[in-house]
Amino acid sequence: MGEASKISRYLYTVIVLFLIWLLLTASLDPQELGFGLILSLIVAAFTYEIFSTGGLANLHPKRIAYAIAYVPYFLWAMIMANLDVAYRVLHPRRPIRPGIVHCKTVLKSDVGKLALANSITLTPGTITLDVDDENYFIHWIWVPDEAMTEEEGEHVKAASANITQPFEKFLKVIFG
Amino acid sequence: MNALTALGEVLVLIGTFFYFLSALGLIRMPDVYNRMQTSTKSATLGSLGVIIGVGIWALGTDFGSAAWLTKTVVIAVFLLLTNPISAHALIRAAYKSGIPLWEGSVMDKYREHIEAKAKALEAAESETPEEGGEE
Amino acid sequence: MIGINVYLALIAIATLLSMYRVFRGPTTVDRLVAVDIMTTITAGLMVLFALYYERMIFLDVALVYAILAFGGVIAFARYMEGGL
Repeated sequence: MGEASKISRYLYTVIVLFLIWLLLTASLDPQELGFGLILSLIVAAFTYEIFSTGGLANLHPKRIAYAIAYVPYFLWAMIMANLDVAYRVLHPRRPIRPGIVHCKTVLKSDVGKLALANSITLTPGTITLDVDDENYFIHWIWVPDEAMTEEEGEHVKAASANITQPFEKFLKVIFG
Repeated sequence: MNALTALGEVLVLIGTFFYFLSALGLIRMPDVYNRMQTSTKSATLGSLGVIIGVGIWALGTDFGSAAWLTKTVVIAVFLLLTNPISAHALIRAAYKSGIPLWEGSVMDKYREHIEAKAKALEAAESETPEEGGEE
Repeated sequence: MIGINVYLALIAIATLLSMYRVFRGPTTVDRLVAVDIMTTITAGLMVLFALYYERMIFLDVALVYAILAFGGVIAFARYMEGGL
């Protein structure tokens, strides 16, 4: 994804900042709206260079639709995984088999990698330990049998199928 | 007592249950990595339940307004974005400061990766001075 | 509004349980993890207090507290890593 034009990046920053202002003040008073708009215009002028490289292309309808669909999917995964960890904590024999596994991702952009790492960390049972280019190192509380092989390629394949791939199909569209 | 109040109360109850679970995981697990596994994320889900539950609960009371819900959602989203980052920073700090994995751990691919990288770097470094010496 | 007292008591017990790890924890990172959990729980507690006292301004306090706690934990983690 190349750099978008300056105007597009500036407008995108203004829109995001104004949305944050709306949520923080939570009022529709015209004075508050006007002041928020002026503030977002000023702040965006200073920060748009580091805020975004994609510009308005980030607001493509397909991306927004996938982002909205991602929220319930992610929350559902999070709740199910939390129940799984609840079982491990409350079980008297403490059934854990931890280990650090190696995954690969197909995502290219930095923001996408950040979002993937955060998603992995929030679904319990897995914490991202380090990210090195396309390699994810993940602490897993229960390493399943198919990932216990000594052979590196098999291991990466099994671990990626379990951890990264469920999220990648959404994040690939949202962040590229 | 209307439907919104009841729904909010149920969410808060679920959230406190997950808080409890995270504290329990903090005590029961054998090493720092597993403690982090069971506690940080249960605490995040618990906060989500409690905070959004309060927002919905306030809508059902006489002093509540829509501003309660938007503000609580902002806090919940903020926690959802930052908690994994602090968990990641802490587990990295634990690994880099040399705390060993629990003896029941089955594999450590990260150490293999670091060692392979260090070896490659060493090989590259040992090559350059020799070339420089020959000149 | 009677139920809210029960929830506050449950959260207090959860905080006390994590306090055990702060005092006991063999390594520094153990204590830091426990403190991180306690700050997350405290943010939820402040939101509950806003409902208890029927004051919306406490929600802003909770937000600022969450931001500051995040910064503090990140700073300590970087220090432990040796990169500060």
